[in-house]
Amino acid sequence: MIFYAAALVLIAIGLYAIIIKKNLVKIIIGLDLIETGVNLLIVSIGYVNHGTAPIFSKGVSASMMVDAVPQALTLTSIVIGASELALAAAFVVLLYRHYGTLDIRKMRNLRW
Amino acid sequence: MTRSIVYSVFLALIVAVVLVFLVAFPFGQNKMGVGQYYLDNTVKQTGAENVVTAITLEYRGFDTLGEVTVLFAAATGVSLLLYLTDEEKKRRRNPRVQPNFVVRVGSRIIFPFVVLFGLYIIVHGHLTPGGGFQGGAIIASGVLMLYLANPDMHVSRNNLLITEGLAGLTYVLLGTAGLFTAGRSFLANFLPLGTPGLVLSAGILLPLYIAVGVKVGSEFSGIIDDLFSQAGETGGEA
Amino acid sequence: MIYVAWFLILLTIGFAVLSVHLKDLLAAVILMGASSLIVSVLFVFLQAPDVAMSEASIGAALTMAIYIIVVKKTEASEK
Repeated sequence: MIFYAAALVLIAIGLYAIIIKKNLVKIIIGLDLIETGVNLLIVSIGYVNHGTAPIFSKGVSASMMVDAVPQALTLTSIVIGASELALAAAFVVLLYRHYGTLDIRKMRNLRW
Repeated sequence: MTRSIVYSVFLALIVAVVLVFLVAFPFGQNKMGVGQYYLDNTVKQTGAENVVTAITLEYRGFDTLGEVTVLFAAATGVSLLLYLTDEEKKRRRNPRVQPNFVVRVGSRIIFPFVVLFGLYIIVHGHLTPGGGFQGGAIIASGVLMLYLANPDMHVSRNNLLITEGLAGLTYVLLGTAGLFTAGRSFLANFLPLGTPGLVLSAGILLPLYIAVGVKVGSEFSGIIDDLFSQAGETGGEA
Repeated sequence: MIYVAWFLILLTIGFAVLSVHLKDLLAAVILMGASSLIVSVLFVFLQAPDVAMSEASIGAALTMAIYIIVVKKTEASEK
């Protein structure tokens, strides 16, 4: 039960950083926090009371394992999150080179 | 003040979601139907002992191909945005602080062991926790260590691109070979399954994970190489 | 054993709040990496070793390296 609340608190903190903060690096930190919160939420849905890790060996049968499908989904999600953060970092470097600042209030001129 | 109002609306939505979760998903309930089927039939149908590996590569192998494509698109995007030719890269790296002698020599000694550890985790992906993504990230961390320790380190971009392209082509070719042999579907398991517990078992899972591991490692190395050789004033002290 | 999980969850949330609040960008990014690492330990508590290894190697090592390079190439401080 505490794991659900922790994951949703992480998502709320990340959302605060994206909506209210004005620095570009802080916005990207908020993106990463939302990713981490969602991954924690997905893995904690698949937990079974008194279960063990889903790897077969001597003395472990299929009836005492936790659910393995959310773990496979989370593996994909972590790698895609990292690649999207790398692309956002490249954008930040490019924007700094063009505007000279990291404040989003000064990047308002859209050229047609 | 509209930003604060928008954030309060989202916060109320999140609190509502917390309450729905507490009622509808009791923590630690029994497994869903699909999860139970995968746990019961993995060793018979794939010969792998790691259920997460079997789900990622055998039952949902097409989603892994999509994820590898997303990673490739992101690495290409980074390389397109921060583009410098090879001669410009050699010219622009002039650091102010030369790292220590111990760091420079020690990193070159440790690097083969890091690559060996990454290869071990890739190859044993169907027996123990691990696999292609984790092992590829470890190999990329080894390359990052070389970049941090040696100021004139330079990886040839052409070699990385050729390695990455060949690894991706291996994945698609192995999948297409399943169209013509037993099973008659894309990414069917056409190699013999073997006894579960040995390294050479689980049919097609081992070559697939090696291809994925090499591709992920070379892509992250390319991203780090692009970000390191950008020209930019190093703000603040080291 | 559940009290260790409570303590780790409080550490994660504390590091996340501190990382959003600080003005020094380098410290904020390093706290973000530390929070990712503790979430990786929480994954072990939920009996998921594959996910824990993936989060530790990709989320806490490579992502933090990319952030630190970005902070060095742009301003290192300033909210």
